[in-house]
Amino acid sequence: MAANPIEISASPVSNETGYRSFELGGFSFARDEYFAYISWTAGDQQLSHTMSADAFLRALMRAVAWGFFYGWLNFDSVFGTQQLYGRVKFFAGRYNPSYRDQGLDYEEIFDTPLAMETFKSLLRDWTNEGYDPFASPDETGTEWIGKKHGDNNEAVDREREVCRRMPGLPGDAPLRTDENGRPVNRAFLDVPQGQPEVHAEPGFEDEVHAHNLFGYLSRSDVTWNPSVSSVVKQSLFCPTTEEYILPVKHGNDRMEWFVQLSDQIDWEIEDKETGKPRAKVIMKAGDVAIMPADIRHQGFSKKRSMLLVWENGNPELPAMYERGELPVNLSGEF
Amino acid sequence: MAMTEFRTVFGSLKDFTKGEIEIIDDERRNYAFSNMFEVASKSAPYERVVVGKNLEYVLETVRAEGTSDWYTASHDEFALVMDGKVELDLVKLDDPHGIAPPGKAGAVKLHGDPAGRKMGLIKMGRGHQALLPAGAAYRFRASDSDAVGVILMQTILGDESVEKWSEICYT
Repeated sequence: MAANPIEISASPVSNETGYRSFELGGFSFARDEYFAYISWTAGDQQLSHTMSADAFLRALMRAVAWGFFYGWLNFDSVFGTQQLYGRVKFFAGRYNPSYRDQGLDYEEIFDTPLAMETFKSLLRDWTNEGYDPFASPDETGTEWIGKKHGDNNEAVDREREVCRRMPGLPGDAPLRTDENGRPVNRAFLDVPQGQPEVHAEPGFEDEVHAHNLFGYLSRSDVTWNPSVSSVVKQSLFCPTTEEYILPVKHGNDRMEWFVQLSDQIDWEIEDKETGKPRAKVIMKAGDVAIMPADIRHQGFSKKRSMLLVWENGNPELPAMYERGELPVNLSGEF
Repeated sequence: MAMTEFRTVFGSLKDFTKGEIEIIDDERRNYAFSNMFEVASKSAPYERVVVGKNLEYVLETVRAEGTSDWYTASHDEFALVMDGKVELDLVKLDDPHGIAPPGKAGAVKLHGDPAGRKMGLIKMGRGHQALLPAGAAYRFRASDSDAVGVILMQTILGDESVEKWSEICYT
C-alpha cells in the first residue's frame, strides 16, 4: 500500500508575481520580486520579517540538502530552524534578545517529513530558471530577481554525495571526472589533477586504494555543502568548497572541527543564545580549529577555498552535550 | 563582471602563514587553534601529534622524513598528504589480531618488519589520500631524501598518539 502523501499548505499562484505562498503551522512564507517575507503571531501582534530572496533561498537550500543538519540553522538574526532529530523546530526571534525580551518570539515544532516537504516545495517554487542557490553569486548571477520565470529543479534536487568508506572503491561513491560530468571549477583550474601511483599486488586491487582528494574537491559544483569522503567508524571527513558567505549562521550542538585545506575563510563567531559577537577566527591553509558547542558561526570566503569539516557522527552526541556529559570546547585539555 | 583569475593557496612546511583569532568576548584557547605545518615543523619524524580530537576520534599531524616504522590498526585509517612526496608500503598481516586485537583503538607500532603478504605500493603527492585498511601493516617513506612531507591522519586515539595541546594551540 502506498504511503499517504504529505499534504502541505500552499496558495494558488499569485497573479502579480507568479509565486505561491506557503503556511506551516503558525508561520507564513511569501516572496515577491526581491524579498522573502516570514510572518507569525506573538503577543497578540502579527509580525513579519523581511529577507533578500537570494539570501533566503541560499539558506533554504542548505536546510533542505542537509536534512536540517544538526544544531541550529539561523537564516539570519531572526528566523531559523533547530534540529530535534525526527522533528524540527522553526523559530522567529527566539535567539534575538530584542524579540525575546518583549515576548515577541515564536517557535513551533513539526514532524520532519512535513517541514521538509514544505521547504522543498517552497524551494522549487521560488527558484527561477538559471538561478542555482548552491552556486556562488559570481557563477549564478541575478536570475533570482523578478517575477516567477521557469524553474531549476535539477539544481535544487541535487543530493549530498556520501561515501560508505572512500570514493572510488568498488561499490562506493564514484570519483569526479570530466567524463562523468564533473569538470574542474573555474576557481580551481590551477589545482593539479594527477592521481597517485597505485601499484597493487594481484588479489589486492580492491584494498590498495588512493585518490587525489584536492582534485576531487576542485570538481565540486556546489558551495557550502559538505560531502562525506572518508569514514573511520563514526569519524567522517566532510570536505567542501566555500565561496562568498555561508548562507546560515550555524549554531552548534557539539564541537565541530574545521581544517582549512586551501586559501582562507574568516569566521564570525557569536553567542549561540543571544547572537552577541564573541570572536573572529581567521583560518588559513593548514589551520585546524574547533567551533565550540556553545556558539553560532558564519564563514566568509573571498576566493573559493577547500575546507575539511570533520564530524563525529555518533548520534548520542547532542544528548550527551545536553546532559552536560561533554565539554563545549577542548580548553580542559590544555 | 565575472571574476576570471584565481590562484589557489596551499600551505607547506616551507611556506605557511598561521591564521589569527580576534577576540571580542571570548578566550583564544576555546578554539584549539593550531597549524599543521607549524606542528610538523617542530615534530620528530613520524611523531603522531594530535591536532583534532572528538571523543575517541583524532586527527594526527605527521612529519614524513626518512622511513617510518611499521604500523597497523584494527580499524581503517586514512592518510592525506598535505605537503611533499610520500610513498606508502602495505602488507597484509598473517596475524593482525595478534598485534592489534579487535577493539584496540588507534595505530599500533610493530616491532620489526611485518609477517605477511605484500599488498602494494602507493606513491603520493600533495592532496592525495590513501586508505590504510584494517589489519594491514603500513609504513611511509619520504621519497625525496632532501624533502620532508606532512601527512594528516584520520584515525582513533591510540598508544602512538601524542597530545600536547598547550604547545601547539593559541592559549
